[in-house]
Amino acid sequence: MEKIIELKNISKAFDGETVLDNMSLDIHDNEFVTLLGPSGCGKTTTLRIIGGFESPDEGDVFFMGEKINDVPPHKRHVNTVFQKYALFPHLNVFDNVAFGLREQKVSKEEIKEKVEKMLKMVMLSGFEKRRVTSLSGGQQQRVAIARALINEPKILLLDEPLGALDLKLRKDMQQELKKIQKNTGITFIFVTHDQEEALSMSDTIVVMSEGKIQQIGTPTDIYNEPVNAFVADFIGESNIIDGIMQSDYKVKFSGHTFDCLDTGFSPNEPVDVVIRPEDVDIVAPEKAMLCGDVTSVTFMGVHNEIIVDVNGFKWMIQTTDSVEENAHIGISLDPDAIHIMKKSKFSGMFGDYSSYSNELEELANPDEEDEE
Amino acid sequence: MKNSSALKTHNSYRAALAPYSIWSVLFVIVPLIFIAFYAFTDNNFAFTTDNITRFFTATSNILNDDGTTKEVRTYVLIFLRSLKLAAISTVVCLILAYPIAYIMSRAKPKTQKTMVTLIMIPMWMNFLIRTYAWMTILQDSGIINTILGNLFGLEPFHVIGTETAVILGMVYDYFPYMVLPIYSILAKMDGKLIEAAKDLGCGSFSVLRRVIFPLSMPGVISGITMVLIPSISTFYISQKLGNGKFFLIGDAIESQYIANNLHFAAAIAFILMIILLVMMALLKYLTTRFVYGGDSR
Repeated sequence: MEKIIELKNISKAFDGETVLDNMSLDIHDNEFVTLLGPSGCGKTTTLRIIGGFESPDEGDVFFMGEKINDVPPHKRHVNTVFQKYALFPHLNVFDNVAFGLREQKVSKEEIKEKVEKMLKMVMLSGFEKRRVTSLSGGQQQRVAIARALINEPKILLLDEPLGALDLKLRKDMQQELKKIQKNTGITFIFVTHDQEEALSMSDTIVVMSEGKIQQIGTPTDIYNEPVNAFVADFIGESNIIDGIMQSDYKVKFSGHTFDCLDTGFSPNEPVDVVIRPEDVDIVAPEKAMLCGDVTSVTFMGVHNEIIVDVNGFKWMIQTTDSVEENAHIGISLDPDAIHIMKKSKFSGMFGDYSSYSNELEELANPDEEDEE
Repeated sequence: MKNSSALKTHNSYRAALAPYSIWSVLFVIVPLIFIAFYAFTDNNFAFTTDNITRFFTATSNILNDDGTTKEVRTYVLIFLRSLKLAAISTVVCLILAYPIAYIMSRAKPKTQKTMVTLIMIPMWMNFLIRTYAWMTILQDSGIINTILGNLFGLEPFHVIGTETAVILGMVYDYFPYMVLPIYSILAKMDGKLIEAAKDLGCGSFSVLRRVIFPLSMPGVISGITMVLIPSISTFYISQKLGNGKFFLIGDAIESQYIANNLHFAAAIAFILMIILLVMMALLKYLTTRFVYGGDSR
């Protein structure tokens, strides 16, 4: 696939605060790319640099091989779906969608034809004369998408476009956006802090933190093979435990040596071990590799989420078995349930559920409003 | 339960409103009734429509440039002249105010505050004093002509006594009323809309024409209303800066009042009020129908 956007060694600071730190990223044609990370990780700034609304302090931006650092937004083949849609309140649905075509002096008949086709695609036929302020959030969202796509951009930038929608609508729109991307073949660059959204929609996920890219990969790569504790923790739930790689295929942690599938570490290298909560098997203590005491059980619908104290380290386990609080249980791990990561600056910061609560988790990740 | 608490709020709301209601009745409604009463009565307070008729039918002779005389309807002419000068002043105000309001709205918050203050400061002075200031600036022996005369040996420009001077005075006096409403709308405008327009292919001028200007229309309309209405009925500016050559409808009311023709003065004021009401209603109707944001006012 052809590279459509290349960011080379981009740095950007606002008021002396570094937002992007020597970041490089290639985006290929016809891809659905998601920039994923917590508030202030620089994902929105990256998007704005591609859109032309910010210029990098250092580094270059290339569009199909051509440097576009100084090209203003209105001359880029890029369109944006803004976070709160930014529809023009003085125009009706038709005129909002036709806005870009009117600027290009397209004939009236062609505008009418294209707008109607576009409104049909986003399932808003018959809404032409409606005022945008009278539409629901989901409908406004569709108008914003139609308004951007009608210009046939090479790239569509989407800045947390689903953030303001309720859960059900958001799921529907995820499917729809994915479908639109496939049908049009336009490169989508999607910004979100919602990891589930990223996993379900993207071809490629770019995980960012503190102005740096932590990992680029397919959703399965990112989930199954996180490169460090930050990624493992941000994407889904993870138990992250200190371990020693004794040799290839052998890792020791929590006082037990496990078989694993990982190779390429030096003998006795300290590592981070990632175990996803759903990959842990609960067995009778006598058959177990590790034993622990259940400290809490939370019913989540499809499964129970339990916290188990294993030698002072608290694991999160998701299981469909029913487990009693205070029960003494055994844990068994298949080799493919264990993922080994090199130590990083994030080691020890994540993956321990000692102080875990759903509520705190939400407080720590409030929906970001305007990230600059 | 719910009703009683709603009623309670409603009552306290009315109590809070009472001083303003009394004020409005005493100083707005009652005087208006007096004006109407005087307009339709003669010196013995007997009902008459003569004062109204006089406004539309009184004639006088004016001298044409070629020395011939022409009969005109005095007060209709004066009214149309007032309307013309007020309209020109309003347009000039708008043309001058819009760019300044726009620049202010894009400036840093601190600069914005300073600029608002600078625009408001002249309003702290009485408008008679401001008008006198313009006289000393513009007259033949005034500041501008003295400087031009001394530096370049130019003959004085005669500005006092021209329409230009009257318009200048009105523009100067009413300028803040045009800038501030436009500025407040522009300052509140969502910057994302401007980004969206750029994103969709608009250059700077196009953004202004297609997004910023239409969205600022409510401010423009209130600016126009706040400049046009008072400048139609203005007086004194025309006497001082126009050298008395451009007798305006406000001057007519004043002179009739001074001449103790209270009933006719009231009749002119009454007619002027009706015309302004009709104009405002028309403006409101047009903006509601054709201008974005017009219906929210």
